[in-house]
This record gives sequence, C-alpha cells and structure tokens, in this order.
Amino acid sequence: MDSSETQSPTVTQREQWMVESQVFQMYELLSSVPRNAQSVLLELQRDKHIEFLTNGLRQLGPSFCVLDANRPWLCYWILHSIALLGDSVDDELENNTIDFLSRCQDPNGGYGGGPGQMPHLATTYAAINALITLGGHRSLSSINRGKVYTFLRRMKDPSGAFRMHDAGEMDVRACYTAISVASVLTILDDELVKGVGNFILSCQTYEGGISGEPGSEAHGGYTFCGLATMVLIGEVNRLDLTSLIDWVVFRQGVEGGFQGRTNKLVDGCYSFWQGGVFALIQKLHSIIEEQLRLLDAGGSAIDSPQLASISCHSGKRGLHDTSGSAKFSNIGFNFLKEPAEMEPLFHSIALQQYIILCSQLQEGGFRDKPGKHRDYYHTCYCLSGLSVAQYSYSKDADSPPLPRAVFGPYSNLLEPIHPLYNVILDLYHEAHEFFSTS
Amino acid sequence: MEWKEEGEERPLSQRPEWSDVTPVPQDDGPNPVVPIAYKDDFTETMDYFRAVYFADERSLRSLHVTAEAIHMNAGNYTVTLSNLDFDFAENLFLENEAIGRIASRVEAVVWHFRRLILEALNADLHEELNFIKKVANGNPKNYQIWHHRRWVAEKLGSDATSKELDFTKKILSLDAKNYHAWSHRQWVLQELGGWEDELDYCKQLLEDDIFNNSAWNQRYFVITKSPFLGGLEAMRESEVNYTVGAIIAKPENESPWRYLRGLYKDDAQSWVNDPQVSSVCLTVLSAKRNTVFALSTLLDLLCHGFQPSQDFINAVDALKTPDLDQSDSNLATAVCSVLGHMDPMRVNYWAWRKNKLPAQTA
Repeated sequence: MDSSETQSPTVTQREQWMVESQVFQMYELLSSVPRNAQSVLLELQRDKHIEFLTNGLRQLGPSFCVLDANRPWLCYWILHSIALLGDSVDDELENNTIDFLSRCQDPNGGYGGGPGQMPHLATTYAAINALITLGGHRSLSSINRGKVYTFLRRMKDPSGAFRMHDAGEMDVRACYTAISVASVLTILDDELVKGVGNFILSCQTYEGGISGEPGSEAHGGYTFCGLATMVLIGEVNRLDLTSLIDWVVFRQGVEGGFQGRTNKLVDGCYSFWQGGVFALIQKLHSIIEEQLRLLDAGGSAIDSPQLASISCHSGKRGLHDTSGSAKFSNIGFNFLKEPAEMEPLFHSIALQQYIILCSQLQEGGFRDKPGKHRDYYHTCYCLSGLSVAQYSYSKDADSPPLPRAVFGPYSNLLEPIHPLYNVILDLYHEAHEFFSTS
Repeated sequence: MEWKEEGEERPLSQRPEWSDVTPVPQDDGPNPVVPIAYKDDFTETMDYFRAVYFADERSLRSLHVTAEAIHMNAGNYTVTLSNLDFDFAENLFLENEAIGRIASRVEAVVWHFRRLILEALNADLHEELNFIKKVANGNPKNYQIWHHRRWVAEKLGSDATSKELDFTKKILSLDAKNYHAWSHRQWVLQELGGWEDELDYCKQLLEDDIFNNSAWNQRYFVITKSPFLGGLEAMRESEVNYTVGAIIAKPENESPWRYLRGLYKDDAQSWVNDPQVSSVCLTVLSAKRNTVFALSTLLDLLCHGFQPSQDFINAVDALKTPDLDQSDSNLATAVCSVLGHMDPMRVNYWAWRKNKLPAQTA
C-alpha cells in the first residue's frame, strides 16, 4: 500500500498543498497574535469595503475596458455588495445608474453589456437584479417587462434550453438567468418553462452535481443555477437530490471554503454558488424525505406520482387559474415560507472563517484565495456566501440569527438574501409587490 | 490574414482606406456609472466598429476592425496601470476561471458581426481557426472565443475534426482541467467524431495525474457514448477493474470512488451485489488509512440493502475511538458515528444521514 508514497506528487496534489499551507498560515496567524489584533482580523471591514465598492461605481480605470461588455454585472456586483453591508448609494449615483442601465436596454427587449450593445441573458439578469437592488418606483418601472418577455422567448431554443444571445451558447447558466428574470418579473409561463427541466436533468452527472452542458463535469456554479431553476419551474423533485447533496457536501475542504469541482482548489466565490445550494436544500426537506422513503421502499426515487404532487408545494396549489404566469408567479415568493426544518448540512462557521480570514482584505474587497487580487465579482459572492452562512441556522427569515451562528463579532451580521435570486430579501419583497400589482 | 499588417501602426482615422467612414461614438449618456476610462486607440477602434456595424458593411475592412477590437478587448493590450488598476487587471489578464465564466471579455456583438462578415465574404475558415488560436492563447477561459471556435468548426464539418482535437489537447496540456476546452472537445467528438483514441487519451491524462477529475469525467463520457465501445454495461467490468486499481493506489482520491458509483448509475442492485465494490471498501478500511470514502461508500451500500459479513463489522470496530458509543445497534449507525468523528467538516451531514437511515439497514 505504501508504494504510492514513493511516487512524486501530481499537479493536483502540489497545488492543493500550496493552498493549504497558505490558508493554514493565516489561521495560525490568528491564534498567534495578541487579543486586540485578533479582534481586528475577525471583524468585517465594512468601511473599507464600502469605499472600495463606491469607488468602483464612480470610476474605473483603463484596464477595465476588458469588462466593457459587462458593465451591468459591475453594477449588480457592487450594488448588491453595498446592500448586503446594510448600506446604500446616494441619490445622484442611484439616478445615474438607473439612467445608464436604461441605455443598456435594447429596444426589442433585454439588456446588453453597455449602451447600444446586443442584448444578452447574463447582462439582462445582472441589470434587472441591479435595478431591484436599487429599489424604488423609478428603478423598477424602468424595466420594460413586455419587451423582456419577447427577448426571453427569442432566446428560447426548441430543445427547451436557452441561448445566451442570438446564435449564442446554450447552457444551464442561460436557463437560470432567463428563468430567474422571468420569475422575479412575474412573466414566467408554460412557453418559457417547457423543456427546461429535461435539459437540466440531462446535466446532472454521475457525480451528483450539475454541469453546464450534458456530458461536462459537475460544477458549483452550474449546480446552483440548475437547482434554483428547477425550484422556480416546479420540477425540483425530478433531480436526484440525495446524490446532489452527497456531491455538494464534499465540496467543502479542509480550508473551510468551497471548491467548484472535485479535486480542484478552494475559491471564495463558491461560498455562494455551493453555499447557496445548501440554503435551497434546507427548504426542500419534504421532497428529500419522500425521495429517501421511495429509495427505502426499493423504488426509483425520481419518477413518483407522490413526488409530483409534493414538488411545487407552493405555486401549483390552487391551479384554477390556468393562464400562463399565475402558475409560476408565486413559487419564488412561497419558497420563503417553507421553514428550514433541517440543520445546515455544511459547516457554516468554517465557511465564515474562510471568508473573513482568507478572502477578506483589510484594505477593502474580497478575493478568491490568499495570493489572488481582490475584485468586485469575488466581493459580491463572498459577501453573499457569508450572508447565507450566517442565516443558515435561522428557521425562518424573520428571526435574526443567534450570536453563535455568526463568526466574529455579532456586528459582522449582513442582510439576508433570497437564495433563489440572490437579491436582498426586503428588496425582493418590494419588487415582488411592485410587479405583482402592475 | 494577420490582424495587423506589417508596419501598419497608424490609427484608423489616418488610414486612407477608412477616409470615407465617419466614426460613431458610444452613447453612454451624460452621467454614466462604472464609466471606463478608455485608452484613445481602443475608443477609436470601437467607434469605427460601430460605424460599419450600424451600416451593416460586411467587407474586408470590417473584418479587419473586428480583429483589432477583439485583440484589444481580449487583453493583448499593454497599458501602464495605476495600483488600483493593476489589482483588478491582474485578475482579468491572468487565469480567473470564475470571472471568465460570467464576464465575457469581449463584446458578443463584435464576434457576432465577425461571423456575419465571414459568411458574406465566404472566407477561408481554416485561416479563421488560426486567428482564433492566437487570440485564445492569451485567453483560454473566454466564452466568446470558444463559442466562435465551435461555430467555425461546425461550418467546416469533419474537415476540422483533427484540428479541433489537437487544439483542445494543446490547451489541456497547459491546463488539464480547462472547462471550456473539455466542453469543446466533447462537442467535437459528438458532432464530428474522432472517438478512436479518446479512451487512451483519458488513460494517459490519468497516468499524469490520477486526481484529475475532468479526465475521469471524460472517461465516463467516452465509455457511455463512444460508438466504438458498446456502452456502459459492456464496459462495466473492465472499468470496475481499472477504477479499483486507482482506489487502492490512492484511497484518499475522491474521483475514482464517485466514478465507481457512476458505473452503476440506474442499477443500484448490481452495484450492491458486485463483490469488487464491497471488497475494495474492506481493503481500504482494513488498512486504516484514508478511510473516509470507504466508509461513505459502505454506508451507501448498507442503505441499499448490503448485508455485511463479520469482516466489515470488525473493520469498522477497529476504527472506533474510545469516546464513541461502542454499542451502536447496527453497522450503519456505527459508520455514521465514526464518520462524524473522523470527518468533522461534515459532522452535520453524517448526523443527518444517521437520522435518515432506512429502517431495515444492517
């Protein structure tokens, strides 16, 4: 058995050991410094983060031209991060952002990466989430829902999946951005939903996680997108949830953070993509129970009539109104009412520890891992993951977490999110109210 | 078709072949947010791009300006950077899989228009593959580039097969887990063929790095889909042998354990009944090193009705620490207890599994 020890380490092993040693160095640093220095390290550097974020909204340097195609993403990453920290932007910046995003809106529907650019599903998702995060009448009414619907229909492929843009790539990410947007704007209907479930099912791999396209490797980003989409269309019971859970629990490594794929390196952004999966799982316990019960009885866990009836226990109830959008429009809303009956299946404190001690920079912003540079994408998803972890022991959205659920001082507590859309819960409610009544 | 002709360094506004074109500036509005302070030559290139795009001019010079825009936006662009810029820039120009995944580095419309021009000009698409190769070199994680490559390969059909397999192999030799490269490679195999050597290729990658989960995933893809191999059931026995060997060599490697389970997808009974599966668990458990996946697999077997021999009970007993309840009523419960202790990151998961054990588990 020990002959394996004489072989030289592989690339995977070498890279993993390097990251582990850097991470453990940071954890050891914490235990070796005096008390007052310790408390600085454990603290969320709110002011520094807000400064980093607001600067980003106001002015970006020449190197940012490579993100020229994705300014709505920058808006969302920055605004959502500011909102998670419980802060907001001033009126001028808010109005400028609404105006800017309106210019990104294509006359035929959807949002492009910048003014005059071709509309794209990802930037549409980012723009709409950014506008919901700004909140208020002016922001929400700037969204032309009818045109967005037209755009989504145009992006729909006969196979059931969605294309990112005209003649663009088709994958689980495209499905999520389309369905999420349609759901939150209450324009989701049978035409948009048909075939999506089949496509996502074909992307659940032998490992249990979900890939971007059929045949590709199980991946955290796509697993979140796939699972959230299946919930939103009322077909989550069709996934093999027990093997999905078994895959995702093993994505949390010794560092405390999550990796995106088996045998790859930890990355702060997966705090949300993988961590968010757990937030969704916690509310699906009755479906999971049923799948386990069917396995126990020797049947197939998946194709069960009992499951279909439990599946979308919210939106599909009282289906007297068979018109398109009523069927799906309350799934996202009712999902929140499901109590979280299970304890979180991941190690919430270990994840928070990784985010605060390894991803957070004292000068503001968050990064993938020690040795990498900060950026707005990682800032957004590290904070989103931190929020998910802090609220993971809360049975319902209304009760604030107990102090022991929060790593570091209780003042580290962030705002809670809606785990299906990744927008602040209160802002989601405001938007839901607005779109349901208009 | 070089993207920049030799010695052609003059800005577009000074080149005679562009003298009849009025550049179109970007309409950011009076108060843009996330404004990007563009360098002058980038602004100029994009202004000329917009001019030909809105005029729908599908000509050689249009093709030329898309190439310039692609190169500038794709990061082959040196600038002097302030500290703040460099923070972000390094992340962009260097490998950042996550950012590459969400934020396409080049405007989709530039690539889209380039495709329209290529069609209109009936351009040599083999040349286009070369163009993409150069751009991809600096940007192996950019969606637009891979999507464009797929479009070109589709047009060329099976003429492109060996080029595409070579191209992805080259990218994978630099980064054996590049997600885009693997997706593209799978697409090529399914649409254009070339399966003959793929299982060997997987074998070679796994010899280089037995922990490469992408290679395991590709192996699964090949054995289930290759028209030369007869399908999962036909391949199962030889694959189980291969996988068991990999497990014994490195029991801490998660990939082969999941692969082994995958070989019995949709046929749990055969998985439970295969003596090689339970036997590899026992072997690893008895060695008492790196036992987490062996225990987890044993737990799953038990949940599916596996009847353990005394050897298994003894092996798990030997892993118990003194503080654990020595009188666990059955093996599955004992396994959950051991795992809860041995694998603390997943303590909540093992507690949940213990709680959800089917009634009649041994």
